[in-house]
Amino acid sequence: MKTLDVQVWRGDETGGFEKFEAPAQENQTVLDVVTWIQRNADPSLSYRFACRVGMCGSCAMTVNGRPRWTCRTHVSRVAKDGRLKIEPLLNLPVIKDLASDLKPFFDKWNAARGTFEAAIKREDPLVPISPDQPERAAANAAIECINCAVCYSACDMVGWKPSYLGPAALNRAWAAWNDVRNDNRLDVLKAVSDDAGCHNCHSHQSCSEHCPVGLNPTLSIAGLKRATSKALLKGNLK
Amino acid sequence: MIAAKLYLIQRISALLMAPLVIAHLVGIIMAVQGGLTAEEILGRTQGSLGWLCFYSAFVILVAVHGTIGLRSILIEWTPLANRIVDALAAGWLISALILGLRAVVAVTWS
Repeated sequence: MKTLDVQVWRGDETGGFEKFEAPAQENQTVLDVVTWIQRNADPSLSYRFACRVGMCGSCAMTVNGRPRWTCRTHVSRVAKDGRLKIEPLLNLPVIKDLASDLKPFFDKWNAARGTFEAAIKREDPLVPISPDQPERAAANAAIECINCAVCYSACDMVGWKPSYLGPAALNRAWAAWNDVRNDNRLDVLKAVSDDAGCHNCHSHQSCSEHCPVGLNPTLSIAGLKRATSKALLKGNLK
Repeated sequence: MIAAKLYLIQRISALLMAPLVIAHLVGIIMAVQGGLTAEEILGRTQGSLGWLCFYSAFVILVAVHGTIGLRSILIEWTPLANRIVDALAAGWLISALILGLRAVVAVTWS
């Protein structure tokens, strides 16, 4: 039987790699391999997953040096020589083994003020929004994020400046800024103009390169830079 | 908001510097055609209000633009606290302005 040579991170930040041998299947994902190890080799292996079909964003890990959604990453695509090196996501604290602590990631979503606050009350008539409206098109392009933190893990800037809000939170802020029904649009611009905000981005585009659902956070961040610059020049941001 | 302001200032200074860089490079190429001597350069620049204004603007823009970039590099690549980075950047800005403007005066004042 063909086998895979798998190195798996164990412990917290001070831990190390442990070697496992897992059966190589014709058709298997990296998450399948991790699950096989947990069920057959070491039940104490900690990792996180939920939907297994690329919707929930729970199972992201670093696979052979790149952040990936493991449930939709086929082993044949990333380990042609039968070798896998699986680590937790970078740029985040490690809880144990392959489970990263996503608290800083979600705290930054809040800090970027990507929340929706309705400009109208429940009893007010609905405001018609055309799907062709440029703001709506921009919001739609940024909206399908599954919160997997792959972009955050891939971002050089987060690694260099840990306070930086990161691609996912800023991508969400861009969608919130473009939602004309949103009552806190100026607050979004203020939040992303902070020291940790969008102006830190160097447009390396690692986030866009690695995003498993094909979003382009770099483009969203460039949009925020334009929007904040215009607001500054008009005197709306102080 | 300081990050957004510095970003905007750096972009505007780059925009203003672009034609100055081209004029500077064209000026170098034209100036060296007949050999390169101090007398020739000073003969052209000394007493020229035009070159004084041109290079004074250039020095100010370079100092501002470069300082903002240097501040970002120090924040990203060193473990220094923001307070120290700001102090170093301010020191660099003042030094660049003094050295640059002193050089401009030296070659344009007659």
